[in-house]
Amino acid sequence: MHIPDGLLSTPVWLSLDAACVPAIGYAARRARRELEETRVPLLGVMGAFVFAAQMINFPVGAGTSAHLVGGALLAIALGPAAGVVVMTAILSIQAFVFQDGGVLALGANLLNMAFAGVLAGYLPYRLWGRRRLAFFAGGAFSVLVSASLALSELLLSGVPMPRPVLAITLGLFAVNAAIEGAITAAVLEGIHGLDAGLVRCPEGTVRRTLVGVALVSVLLAAVGVLVASTHPDAIERLAARFGGPTRRLFAGPLADYQARFFASPWLQKTAAGLAGLALIGGVCLLIGRLIARQRSA
Amino acid sequence: MHHVVIENWSRGASLLHARDARVKVILLLAFLVALATTPRLTPAASACYAALAIAGILLGGLPLGSLLLRAAIVLPFTATFAVFSLIAGDAPRAAGLLVKSYLSAAAVLVLVGTTPLAKLLRGLESLGAPRLLTLVVQFLYRYLFVISEQAQHMRLAALCRGSGPRPLRFRAAAGAIAVLFARSHQRAEGIHQAMLARGFSGRTELLSSTRIGLRDLLFLGAGLSLVLALRTSLGVLWNL
Amino acid sequence: MEPLIEVRGLRFRYDDGTLALDGVDFQLFPGETVALFGRNGSGKTTFVHHLNGLLAGEGFVSVCGLQVEKRNLPAVRRKIGLVFQDSDEQLFMPTVIEDVAFGPLNRGQDTTAAMETASQALRDVGLEALAGRAPYHLSAGEKKRVALAGILAMEPEILVLDEPTTFLDPPAQRDLAALLRRLPQAKLVVTHDARFARALARRAVFFEKGRIVADGPIDEIVDRFQWVPGTTSGEAAGPQPAG
Repeated sequence: MHIPDGLLSTPVWLSLDAACVPAIGYAARRARRELEETRVPLLGVMGAFVFAAQMINFPVGAGTSAHLVGGALLAIALGPAAGVVVMTAILSIQAFVFQDGGVLALGANLLNMAFAGVLAGYLPYRLWGRRRLAFFAGGAFSVLVSASLALSELLLSGVPMPRPVLAITLGLFAVNAAIEGAITAAVLEGIHGLDAGLVRCPEGTVRRTLVGVALVSVLLAAVGVLVASTHPDAIERLAARFGGPTRRLFAGPLADYQARFFASPWLQKTAAGLAGLALIGGVCLLIGRLIARQRSA
Repeated sequence: MHHVVIENWSRGASLLHARDARVKVILLLAFLVALATTPRLTPAASACYAALAIAGILLGGLPLGSLLLRAAIVLPFTATFAVFSLIAGDAPRAAGLLVKSYLSAAAVLVLVGTTPLAKLLRGLESLGAPRLLTLVVQFLYRYLFVISEQAQHMRLAALCRGSGPRPLRFRAAAGAIAVLFARSHQRAEGIHQAMLARGFSGRTELLSSTRIGLRDLLFLGAGLSLVLALRTSLGVLWNL
Repeated sequence: MEPLIEVRGLRFRYDDGTLALDGVDFQLFPGETVALFGRNGSGKTTFVHHLNGLLAGEGFVSVCGLQVEKRNLPAVRRKIGLVFQDSDEQLFMPTVIEDVAFGPLNRGQDTTAAMETASQALRDVGLEALAGRAPYHLSAGEKKRVALAGILAMEPEILVLDEPTTFLDPPAQRDLAALLRRLPQAKLVVTHDARFARALARRAVFFEKGRIVADGPIDEIVDRFQWVPGTTSGEAAGPQPAG
């Protein structure tokens, strides 16, 4: 589920953008340590592979077809950190070149699909090892977690959703998750049959941090859905409570100063936006510098 | 294919094409933030933002109709949520969602339609994006064509041999993707060897290190003041 | 005369147990062009990948007086330029000029010098007009020549070409042969195309099951191994007119 620009409220996209920078930066650093520096082409080609694989249709009945999403497949075949990097590259190209997902919403989409989705897809493999059930659960988890997070973020942004629609949507998520699970399992078994060396072993390659983060994202998604499905109004209330402090946080330092000159709220909003932009830029710059320094060290 | 069209646009020559990628990225972000932080999009406000987007399209010498059509790809997704707002009795909000997502997509198209991806990546890199990521994106885009073509051939080959029962077709598709994966792996190995054969040692300096010129700065200043002026006047005049 | 390439008793086994090279001896002298013939899987490509250290087997390999081993690899790879069979694997940078400049930049040239070297290499293959283009929009023949320019920009003393005519139409094959004849470097050409090889080389070697089983004038080798396409009987295939 690629969220376009315009749907998420400012506090939501702003905080997710800010959160995604260190998350992706961390994964990029780990990926560089897990894979040799010179293996950049592998990650790029694997991204192209996922794009291409999405062109191949799977018949799923009732005259409809589905296609691979690929988060769990990448995590299992390349390792979770490399999977996050490849998925980030895919989503960035989709946002910029294909208008699939927004640019301001890129942070949300990256966290949902590239970060939480990939890690959740890796979790069963890490826990149960090389089994068909682990492949299936990985694919299913990955889609379920990404979609649920996206839904929670939309609800948090105050997008209204009638209760029956919510129920139907969650049902669709479950169906999609099962399909992705089946595709992931079938493809990974095929790859394993072609050349067992192409699928990375689950042991010894991953730190506990990543497993922890994966667990947290699964939990977060589950809770989000649970709350969303049982108390849609609670989310609205939560959004109000959540949005308040966030906005104050950004506008706060400037608010008093403004108040003396302008009494209108629009400047606060503008300032919040600009401050957010500066914040994102600053964090990006900082992470970039840090990575650059690590590289030259 | 969509990305081929965009790439052809990006090789054009215009005032916007000539500007530094960083300048365009910053202006795009300013536009998107201004649009996103406008809480209620009145028709007048929408028209102002639309005028800015259209000005961008015209400055870039891009085909207006085709671009506006391509931006509409975001509408189905947004429309679903707009309908819920409509049902909830909030028609202005529904319209606002549609306008925001549509104009945002159009603005992004102006950026990628006037900036070749290689330059855009260099720009993002000097704005702080991690090098590993821009390199991966660069390789991804380079081999997108090659590997999609392979996938397309396999799809055709499968179609030529007819359609069997569903479980069989499902397995065939999975098998095709597995083969595609193995071949992509092989190709990556080949690329890696070709890089080694030409003296690659893990780090490469890149050719295009462009500088921001006076015109770029003037353009940035003008663009930013325009967006800021629009956002501010919306705030002052209509308290938006 | 000192040989540019000297190989003695080279053996190599892949991880899966296949013995790909089984005692190869070979020499290449300055100014020479040698064609490498042999059936699919006979070890030709494995052999050339040993010449610049992409693979390492048992035995002795030296290039321009440098033994091919880990510490010599950067120097060896400057001396010997390998043009891969699949141009798409070799042209990995976003634009033609950046791709051709990849080698010079790795060699430590600064940006201006690398640009100059790359432009010169593109002029050498007659494609300076394509400098700003993206590689995937080129024809197969253009891709092959850009790949060659990328190698020429390394200023190597030896060129190794792996199946250079694959995917090329006959005019592009002729252009490539003419271009290669103009280049002064010693060349090794792996190919199935006897006609193309004859246009370039006087000497040929024949690989069979990981060994060189024949080495001599190209015409003799082609005759001895019947290295021409067509049916074994020499007659055109197809339905015979009813008698």
